[in-house]
Amino acid sequence: MTTLVNPIPGNPVEPFLRSDRMPHIWCPGCGIGTTVNCFAEALIESKIDLKSLALVSGIGCTGRVAGYVKLDSFHTTHGRAIPFATGLKLANPHLNVVVYSGDGDLSAIGGNHLIHAARRNVDLKVICVNNLIYAMTGGQTAPTTPGQATTSTSPYGTFEPAFNLPHLVEAAGAVYVARWTTFHVRQLSRSIQEAFNKKGFSFIEVISPCPTLYQRRNKLGDGLDTMKYYKEKSKTKHGCPTGEVGLTMQGEIIVGKFVDRDRPDYSSLLKAQMHQSLGDKYVDYDEEQGYACGADGGCEEESCH
Amino acid sequence: MDGDHACCEGALAAGARFAAGYPITPSTEVVERFAQRVPVVGGCFIQMEDELAASITLQGGVWGGAKAFTVTSGPGFSLMMEHIGYAAMTETPCVFVDVQRGGPSTGLPTLPAQGDMMQARWGSHGDYEIIALCPNSPQECFDLTIKAFNLAEEFRIPVMFMMDEVVGHMTEKVVIPPADQIEVVPRKHTKKSVEDYLPYGTNGDMVPEMAHAGEGYKFHVTGLTHDERGYPNMTPPMQKTLVTRLQNKILSAVERISMFEEDSTENADVIVVSYGITSRVAQRAIDMARAQGLKVGKLRLITAWPFPDFKIRELAARTKAFVVPELNLGQMSREVQRAAEGKAKTILVPHAGGSVHNPEDILAVIQEAAR
Repeated sequence: MTTLVNPIPGNPVEPFLRSDRMPHIWCPGCGIGTTVNCFAEALIESKIDLKSLALVSGIGCTGRVAGYVKLDSFHTTHGRAIPFATGLKLANPHLNVVVYSGDGDLSAIGGNHLIHAARRNVDLKVICVNNLIYAMTGGQTAPTTPGQATTSTSPYGTFEPAFNLPHLVEAAGAVYVARWTTFHVRQLSRSIQEAFNKKGFSFIEVISPCPTLYQRRNKLGDGLDTMKYYKEKSKTKHGCPTGEVGLTMQGEIIVGKFVDRDRPDYSSLLKAQMHQSLGDKYVDYDEEQGYACGADGGCEEESCH
Repeated sequence: MDGDHACCEGALAAGARFAAGYPITPSTEVVERFAQRVPVVGGCFIQMEDELAASITLQGGVWGGAKAFTVTSGPGFSLMMEHIGYAAMTETPCVFVDVQRGGPSTGLPTLPAQGDMMQARWGSHGDYEIIALCPNSPQECFDLTIKAFNLAEEFRIPVMFMMDEVVGHMTEKVVIPPADQIEVVPRKHTKKSVEDYLPYGTNGDMVPEMAHAGEGYKFHVTGLTHDERGYPNMTPPMQKTLVTRLQNKILSAVERISMFEEDSTENADVIVVSYGITSRVAQRAIDMARAQGLKVGKLRLITAWPFPDFKIRELAARTKAFVVPELNLGQMSREVQRAAEGKAKTILVPHAGGSVHNPEDILAVIQEAAR
């Protein structure tokens, strides 16, 4: 890994990145870097406390985001970013926890965790970069690959129906659901800021090109051609019923904020239930400032006797 | 109190305030009690959607600042293997409790076995070391669970707590000492400044100092091969440096980590090596053999992993044979045989699980070995 000796002076997102890890691994024309830029812009605009912000990724091209952001960042196992993030959030409720991962990681191998975290309404901000394919491993069919697309494991064309991710997570209970493409950089950044202000399970899908493996194999041009496609075929429909936002190959892409509702999040429900059942006996570990094995070492709590 | 409940009390006494679990017989009583107890001492239990989730949720809890554990049995333990590797690689201190039942697959959900001993050691891919402890009574389920957490914190590794159905469900008197008489090892938390902190820097000590999310260190943790900064560095030299350290931090401390109970091995013709519930049946066989005038020694393994090669080597030099009863068709007996290096015979007394041995079956092998 070479080191970028002089990062571009004055680049506003540079303080949010581990510039000593540049250059990154993403291909020319890949959209993941664009989403990271939007994420950094959202951090700047929202003035969120970076010390209390943790980012969790799974495995895959988008899974590498955790390695490039200058935050407490965790590159976990394939599909398990959400349960790891759940543990992090429950152990330290003062953290803002972002899950940043890809469509294969979150909706295939991690699909069970995705729906259950949405059901529980764990206070997580999930950014799902959907490039319609498994890119890190060489372009295999994902649960998001639209019909007809050719992939390395569907050489005669994909025929499995694809997931409509906004519909899935809304049905499972997410309080905030939006979709943008990497063409919609301002809208995406604004959505991330909105998600920071929601309490509960928020899900932002970002449709992103994989010129190397999806576009090229399907003869759809390069990254720029994909931007043109996103520009021409995207239609903003805020509040659109998510059942109507499924993707087809090179078809219309409905973008916008689909769901913005309020439900009590997991921690609120937990506390309310414990207060109701246990009354004064309940020890709110959140108010107790978490666990005693923190900065000073030593678990001093010994009230179990 | 039964062993499962004693294990839960041990976890609480060790400072565990976070557990993620998934129901599975015969281990569920541990988290059932934890779910009941932890809200009144300040902490949290979450029942996850599966064991894959439980075994990584607890690690999120650890990096969030908690002492954390999960509890399972064979089929769930199989699902947790990848995250044992993740904990080893990222040096996440935590405890996996496995109340063993008969296998493979669904096997014998309500009946005992000791068939996960090799899985506990080798179940995840790649080279790594763990520590595994084997209680043989509810009292030890309490005492050794505390020890398991202490070892996890000291070495920053996942510790396997290898119970079995009988020990888990057996009810005996458990003495819980006053809190101030319980040794609890704190997290090896860094005192370094943000500028000076290297998440995987070792400074001669093979166990790095830890920081928690939210403290301003802005550190990176990955399951990829990584350097002292925690940054991915996928080169053969880095792989060698990292994996060698992960092994050596345990292997260099084997004698200190090893706990065993040794009795009358000095002039023994035969030494019975056992662990967990089988050690209690073996004791009966040993007593019967001694009553017949046989010179029988006893070595009960409390620490199964790292395996105490040094102890077996020492004993092999002065005994004729090791008799190794276990509730499997030969797991730890292979380790005894390996460590004995041919200097003494190793004779397995197998049992496929579902009940414990008949002491007479062990006695017969002792008699044969002593001849």
